[in-house]
Amino acid sequence: MQLTAKHQEYWNRNLRITGILLFIWFVVTFVVGWYARELSFDFFGWPFAFWMGAQGALVVYVVIIWYYARYMNKLDREYDVHEGDE
Amino acid sequence: MAGAPQSKTSTGVFSAGSQKSFNAQLKKVYTWYTGGFIFFIIALAILEQFGLPRNWIGYIFLIATVGLYAGIGIMSRTSDAAEYYVAGRRVPALFNGMATGADWMSAASFIGMAGTLYLTGYGGLAFILGWTGGYVLVALFLAPYLRKFGQFTIPDFLGARYGGNIPRFVGIVAAILCSFTYVVAQIYGVGLITTRLTGVPFELGIFLGLGGILVCSFLGGMRAVTWTQVAQYIILIIAYLIPVIWLSIKHTGIPVPQLVYGKVLEKVSAREQQLINDPKEKEVRDIFKKRSDDAKARIAALPGSLDAEKARLTKEVEDLKAASAPEDRVRAAQSALDKVPKSADEAKAAWTKDVPLAARSGPPLRHAEAFPGKDEKARDVSRRNFLALVFCLMVGTAALPHILMRYYTTPSVKEARDSVFWSLFFIFLLYFTAPALAVLVKFDVYTLLVGTEFAKLPQWVASWQRVDPSLLSIIDVNRDGIVQLAEIAIGGDIVVLATPEIGGLPYVVSGLVAAGGLAAALSTADGLLLTIANALSHDLYYKMLDPNASTARRVTISKVLLLVVALVAAYTAAQKPADILFLVSAAFSFAAAAFFPALVLGIFWKRANKWGATLGMISGLGITFWYMITTQVWMREVIFGTPRSVPVSLWWDIQPISAATFGVPLGFLVIIVVSLLTPSPDRQTQELVEHVRYPSLAGDTLRTEGT
Repeated sequence: MQLTAKHQEYWNRNLRITGILLFIWFVVTFVVGWYARELSFDFFGWPFAFWMGAQGALVVYVVIIWYYARYMNKLDREYDVHEGDE
Repeated sequence: MAGAPQSKTSTGVFSAGSQKSFNAQLKKVYTWYTGGFIFFIIALAILEQFGLPRNWIGYIFLIATVGLYAGIGIMSRTSDAAEYYVAGRRVPALFNGMATGADWMSAASFIGMAGTLYLTGYGGLAFILGWTGGYVLVALFLAPYLRKFGQFTIPDFLGARYGGNIPRFVGIVAAILCSFTYVVAQIYGVGLITTRLTGVPFELGIFLGLGGILVCSFLGGMRAVTWTQVAQYIILIIAYLIPVIWLSIKHTGIPVPQLVYGKVLEKVSAREQQLINDPKEKEVRDIFKKRSDDAKARIAALPGSLDAEKARLTKEVEDLKAASAPEDRVRAAQSALDKVPKSADEAKAAWTKDVPLAARSGPPLRHAEAFPGKDEKARDVSRRNFLALVFCLMVGTAALPHILMRYYTTPSVKEARDSVFWSLFFIFLLYFTAPALAVLVKFDVYTLLVGTEFAKLPQWVASWQRVDPSLLSIIDVNRDGIVQLAEIAIGGDIVVLATPEIGGLPYVVSGLVAAGGLAAALSTADGLLLTIANALSHDLYYKMLDPNASTARRVTISKVLLLVVALVAAYTAAQKPADILFLVSAAFSFAAAAFFPALVLGIFWKRANKWGATLGMISGLGITFWYMITTQVWMREVIFGTPRSVPVSLWWDIQPISAATFGVPLGFLVIIVVSLLTPSPDRQTQELVEHVRYPSLAGDTLRTEGT
């Protein structure tokens, strides 16, 4: 079966959002982790890097996954590749 | 077969007509269940006030919770393949999220995590980051696509995508290797908690817990495991949060520890500075240093040093007697003399125990400081290892078969995506709290315990010292009658286990915490055993050996294998293998290196082919395994017989625990290079890739299972 241009576009948009979210994931995990010693300014009582590792990054992860699910579920409908309603 | 959303053998509350009414019914059942459980705790608390003995509370918790899990197992018994392997594919996103949460959070998360944070400060955050951030990879790269593919196991995907039995077989071996390593650690945890809860011997504890695991997964497979895990999640999260909230009220007056412990951390940091410079603390640390050095010197000077030691102690006793010193000091000196080793070998064994005391001669670690180290190079190595561990745990999370399998059970791709969100949300509730708990307990120990007189130690200290000296022991090393921080030897597990007592809560909460730990260990063990049994019965037997086997036969074989695997795992755990935390982390490294590259490239790169995937998995897993057995001293000793004292040569100073740092990139590299050197996959395989990329595709000839 042949994929249409529209299908290709759907996949490209999926790859784009995946890439963007992966980049955010990388920054909050590894970039903040790498510079943890430098990023130890006070943040409501916590050193910032410690707070990011213990709380901040976790919140970002939850939001990334929530946003991806929402975005893709909408995209499915927009490109008419969604599953039948149950 | 698997396509039918409803099975003929369904019975009880866990089956219903339409998805919508099923969902509504589940919500009702579990709301009543949660209410009933809270009522049960309150009733026990009241009975405790009326004098219900403590060990009775322990027994009631054990029998009630394990009985409950068994009850759910019996209610959801099934022999239908789709029900047995993937719970009929109609687990709603929210409930699959809870089940994944319980499946995911093991005894290590529930009991060990806060303790690790207490002991290692910032360094322990690698586990928090790794074990949550991995779900981002699950959501973006795997869950929706695997759900669309819609078979039963992870080797199923490898077999279909890469064509043939070789990739499937490598997948089976890897799935068993990482799941078995992991399940041994869980069963060990089950034994430990059962022992603590009821006082039965460790080996018996293992087999009691095993009964609870088996009733559930044996009768109803994935279906029973799913609904039990939801029930277990509810117990474990209640058990985790109640004591922390209480402790937070005690120290800050606010019941949201996660938001306010920053202020407590500030106080802890100030106190650390004080303790680092305190002369009494220094005195105790110097004593440990001296003992360690003395022991080393004496061992080196054997056998002469043994006679010298005997003479010294004899003289001390005589001197004390001559000076008519107090009775107890004479007696102490005499007993030290009586304990002097009889031979040089005995002396060596006894004195070697004192050498590690050097570890207690360092100043306390600064909790919030990232990558502590004496110089720039040490700090750099510490940073590198921290990030490598985070990487391995994350990629391992996104590759452990027992977790990925859970996303086969949702009704649709959309629900699979939502379900990853709920999974991480429910896991987040616990992981977000653990760092707060560690800091609150540290504050309690540093400010309330340190500085008290030995005569006035709090009740919980005495009781835990009696239960298990390896968890807590406080000895007045410098004989000043006051507790110094350096005099406290603490085991990580006590942080969670003793929190209710530190916070002054009734014993029923301690029982609840132990029941929560048991729920965490049992739920993870359930999922893992099922993964192993399915890999053997479904992938090895049905797909490779006897493709004509009937459904009933496959399910029966899976049940028998489950029993066998469980017994082997329990037997292994009863040997008390060394280093549980290492085993758990090793399972993550194995899974990361074996599965992640092959799964991700299988979905995102059409060109990846059979030989690329096969060799990639073998080389990734191979190098991880090789690095581990050559650099981890006790594994090296077991396998090659190399003595532990021989120095290891690490690559870029990466610790063996993060061996997948090399395995994952190598896996990707080999798959890409080998695939490009060999012919592309056929048209049919390429269509399969397109099939999994779109939740629904007009004109798609491939069947979607279960939607």
